[in-house]
Amino acid sequence: MTTSPGPTVVDFPRRTPREPLPLSQYAEHRKQNGLVQTHLPNGRPIWLVTRHEDVRAVLTHPRISANPDNEGFPNVGETMGVPKQEQIPGWFVGLDSPEHDRFRKVLIPEFTVRRVRELRPAIERTVDERIDAMLAGGNTADLVNDFALPVPSLVISALLGVPSADRDFFESRTRTLVAIRTSTDEERAEATRQLLRYINRLIVIKKKWRGEDLISRLLSTGKLSDEELSGVLLLLLIAGHETTANNIGLGVVTLLSHREWIGDDRLVEELLRLHSVADMVALRVAVDDVEIAGQTIRKGEGIVPLLASANHDTEAFGCPHAFNPERTERRHVAFGYGVHQCLGQNLVRVEMEIAYRKLFERIPELRLAVPEDQLAYKYDGILFGLHELPVRW
Amino acid sequence: MRVTVDSEQCVGAGQCVLNAPEVFDQDDDGVVVLLRAEPDERDHEAVRTAGDLCPSASVVLQED
Ligand code: HEM
Ligand code: SF4
Repeated sequence: MTTSPGPTVVDFPRRTPREPLPLSQYAEHRKQNGLVQTHLPNGRPIWLVTRHEDVRAVLTHPRISANPDNEGFPNVGETMGVPKQEQIPGWFVGLDSPEHDRFRKVLIPEFTVRRVRELRPAIERTVDERIDAMLAGGNTADLVNDFALPVPSLVISALLGVPSADRDFFESRTRTLVAIRTSTDEERAEATRQLLRYINRLIVIKKKWRGEDLISRLLSTGKLSDEELSGVLLLLLIAGHETTANNIGLGVVTLLSHREWIGDDRLVEELLRLHSVADMVALRVAVDDVEIAGQTIRKGEGIVPLLASANHDTEAFGCPHAFNPERTERRHVAFGYGVHQCLGQNLVRVEMEIAYRKLFERIPELRLAVPEDQLAYKYDGILFGLHELPVRW
Repeated sequence: MRVTVDSEQCVGAGQCVLNAPEVFDQDDDGVVVLLRAEPDERDHEAVRTAGDLCPSASVVLQED
């Protein structure tokens, strides 16, 4: 390689109501160096990684860390008003190998393809109950608040073994956490504290009365301290809630104009790629000087691999903006890549498949209650999604 | 085609099982298990996909 050109410096991605996922900016950057430098709103310089190949390279590099305690970690959420997550024991998405792997290994059996299949009947019941409730409520609904948000929360409750009587409490607290427009920082911090208190109580109860649930099985392994277990459970709850909800909501909008695909089992994977709700979630920092895309990234420099950009890279996907469940390129990184690749992905696939199938089967007249260009997209939080989705039938 | 798996490196994402269930399984600990080291011709494409999707490079292929 000859001398590497200096970095191209660009503005921090601008998300707007019209372009809540800034794909046109990403396309520009991919045409430039792929790897471009920008500044966080607090002035800190960081790298944006926009090409599919480079995103994968960053997420598997041994000297690139996911630990937010490292100097230079790009705390993107903080700059958007999300308070910095204190490192809590068991929050293993923020640990590197080998510390990370100890937690992951304990949890893998709970999320295998087979285990998730066993959860199917419980997921189907949950989805049916939410549809029953919507149908009982008239001929209109807000599909985000009445369906997409409660379903993943109730499914996680079932997985963890939260008693049915407590599921409403559980659901309402998790809902406060994601309501960035209507809840204050203080309300969200309080909801987190309440959830942690509740989780800790649940651990005490499960110690006395073991059941057929994730918490009981994790306790039986004896591999996690109580403190670690409660951090792990909070992570499952937070990582799996709004991500799944946003995907369900956005997916319904896409399917409403592509009804011919309903029932095709390939559509879930394509919706995950197309919407890439976790675009800016997999944050990293270099812990040594490393070379990515012919460019040196210095120790202590923050790195933001843009998953949506990778999933819309024409080098990896033909006609990436099109919704095409038949495409044969399946290497999307909507769940990240490398050792942190989403633990819940098999659960998500089953949940989305059941949610779409049941919705369109049971409410075939489903349609938008507002013009599509008036939908309120989230462009001010970390995740891409819809604030609400008014529908009628 | 010959397939090997690295069960030490596996992070249990299950991409291999989803794509080529005839060739891969996960044990009770969720770790990859190789069912066929020399998969049938009709499974080759699926195995290539699995190799490409495995997030931890635990599926290694040797084409004939
Ligand atoms: C459509 C929904 C979802 C999307 C798009 C998504 C996306 C992601 C991404 C991109 C990562 C990687 C983060 C990184 O590399 O730093 C991740 C990790 C993770 N996800 Fe998900 N996720 C979803 C649903 C879920 C669900 C339902 C659960 C669990 C119930 C879950 C649990 C986790 C956990 C525990 C990790 C950390 C894994 C590790 O560090 O080893 N996710 N997810
Ligand atoms: S795809 Fe790779 S990491 Fe996932 S289960 Fe198979 S071998 Fe393990």
